[in-house]
Amino acid sequence: MQESMWIAILTATVTAGTPLLYAALGEVLAERAGVMNLGLEGMMLVGAMTGFSVTVRTGNPWLGLLAAMGAAGVLALVHAFLTVGLRANQVVSGLALTIFGTGLSGYLGKPMVGIPAKATFKTWALPWLGDIPVIGPVLFHHDALVYLTYLLVPAIWFFLYHTRPGMNLRAVGENPAAADAVGIDVSATRYAYVVVGGLLSGAAGAYLSLAYAPSWLENMTAGRGWIAVALVIFAMWDPVRAMLGAYLFGGVDALTFRLQALGVLIPSFFLKMLPYVFTIVVLIVSTRETLLRKSAAPGALGLTYDREGR
Amino acid sequence: MSGAKGFIRLEKRPKPSPLLTFLVPAMSVVLALALGAVFLAVTGYSPAKVYSTMLSGAFGSQYGISETVVKAIPLMLAGLGVAVAFRMLLWNIGAEGQLYMGAFAASWVALTFPGLSKPVLLPAMFLAGAVAGGVWGLLPALPRAYFGVNEVITSLMLNYVAIYWVDYLVYGPWKDPRGYNFPLTPPFSPSAQLPTLGQTRVHLGLVFALVAAATLYLVLRRLKWGYEIRVIGESATAARYAGMNIARNILLVMFLSGGLAGLAGMSEVSGITHRLQHGISPGYGYTAIIVAWLSKLNPIALIGVSFFLSALLVGGYSIQTSGLPAATVSMLQGAILFFVLGGDILINYRFRFGSGRAGATAVDRSARRPAVGE
Repeated sequence: MQESMWIAILTATVTAGTPLLYAALGEVLAERAGVMNLGLEGMMLVGAMTGFSVTVRTGNPWLGLLAAMGAAGVLALVHAFLTVGLRANQVVSGLALTIFGTGLSGYLGKPMVGIPAKATFKTWALPWLGDIPVIGPVLFHHDALVYLTYLLVPAIWFFLYHTRPGMNLRAVGENPAAADAVGIDVSATRYAYVVVGGLLSGAAGAYLSLAYAPSWLENMTAGRGWIAVALVIFAMWDPVRAMLGAYLFGGVDALTFRLQALGVLIPSFFLKMLPYVFTIVVLIVSTRETLLRKSAAPGALGLTYDREGR
Repeated sequence: MSGAKGFIRLEKRPKPSPLLTFLVPAMSVVLALALGAVFLAVTGYSPAKVYSTMLSGAFGSQYGISETVVKAIPLMLAGLGVAVAFRMLLWNIGAEGQLYMGAFAASWVALTFPGLSKPVLLPAMFLAGAVAGGVWGLLPALPRAYFGVNEVITSLMLNYVAIYWVDYLVYGPWKDPRGYNFPLTPPFSPSAQLPTLGQTRVHLGLVFALVAAATLYLVLRRLKWGYEIRVIGESATAARYAGMNIARNILLVMFLSGGLAGLAGMSEVSGITHRLQHGISPGYGYTAIIVAWLSKLNPIALIGVSFFLSALLVGGYSIQTSGLPAATVSMLQGAILFFVLGGDILINYRFRFGSGRAGATAVDRSARRPAVGE
């Protein structure tokens, strides 16, 4: 393959990785607070549908983005209410969220299947940076939502490791009883970050329907929400590693697409399996690595905090 | 400050309340349907009309009733599989893929040995379906048992792989040359078809499902192994102290869980479609999760719940003619699950009024997944 084709694949890698990155960053924050949200797939779908619908109505993709984030945030609030407020099982509540979100987006989105996006997030090459050979087109010929992640990832990293609220957040996920003892409101913290996770997964959905596709299709996430959950484990709950991981998965996606377009002899069904098989392999490898390095998941991940429990 | 706000305190019940264990799921269904009614009304449909169309679609005709029974079969089998895994806090979300692999293996037997007689061919397909589903369930179980790899994600990812595998076959090498290019295999020989009840589509798979439910109930109740599963589910630490082999039980349970879903696939191709085809399951494996949770993982309750969710599915088909999307049903399903989850707190906790004691701080260990065997 020629150089131009490799550049095209790498550019597509960033595009395909971006929705995964938004969703994974949100999940990193929620899981750092100790709440697993397996509803990413459902929240992304509702975000994608809402974002598309609002953009079609208003012609403004930014309003679409905000609406998408809001809608997914409300769903996340339901998850927080059930798991933090009512101490329901986090795994099952996340599944319920995915089933409900899939249904809701399919129901409300039905009239919009096949209609063109009225406005989208347009590619906008950055001045100066965009002129650098190779790196320019790969990293700096994108839309605003991609550039936003370049700021968001270091910001979340700084927040988590170098600010007081970031430390509180980690404490709540690591040892809620200790956090409680020093006066951190465990429930409020968990509510807040589950909702923030929802907002970001809404952005992930909006990216799919307003920049990546750009269109609305039932079930258009095709498992990306689940891949993002796996990505968080791969990233060991770290935002910077989440970015690398998102591009790794994005790369597989881009490559799969390119190979299909080239009409490689492998039947397309096997190529379509690739991202899912890759996710499984990466998950096994990174879980082993996590065990070996002993840098495990947040200590209280998945557990209900019960102040008066025994 | 969870649970200790104001003067209302939550106190964990020593045992879940049996009355509420029944009432909460029942009320959840009512509340979810009520929410659905509001939603339908807001989006411009008449809830009364939609629900009555659904009801008559599922029960209003002999065909409707027979379809409700027919679709309860895979839900029951896959639901039992999900329930047995959930009992051990093994989150098998892969029933859909396990169903597809069961259908694939049973079809392979049927298409490769069409000349065998019924008493030989059907048991062979039964076995192939169960084993293939079980093996597909083992794939996420192995990394879970030995490396602690999250089975939620791996079992779900394998759904996509299994569906694409079946698609590859029916669009490619197994496609019926006389099938007008439709994605399906040639029909099975008559000896590969499960007997049906009279003129209906209700097939012998119903007996598989009912027998499986009764067997599972007895196993969980009476056998030492069933007891082990329950102990591991409730407390992995206690189970390890008691000398139970957790890794082995993970493998066994996931094989059983996948095998039941595989049987659902076998009974679909052998009892309904009589061939392997694209989209043999409209998401039975996912609905099975709701079936399992709504029945509180009780195999006997699961029978009734399967019929109910099947009626919801069949009713869902009948409202599609009036322009409502198929997604309406999955929305209702999700809502039901939300309400059951919310209601779980009533089953497991008691509300106490009055000033709360300054309780010891602790993390509720009951939610902890069984750790990896050390």
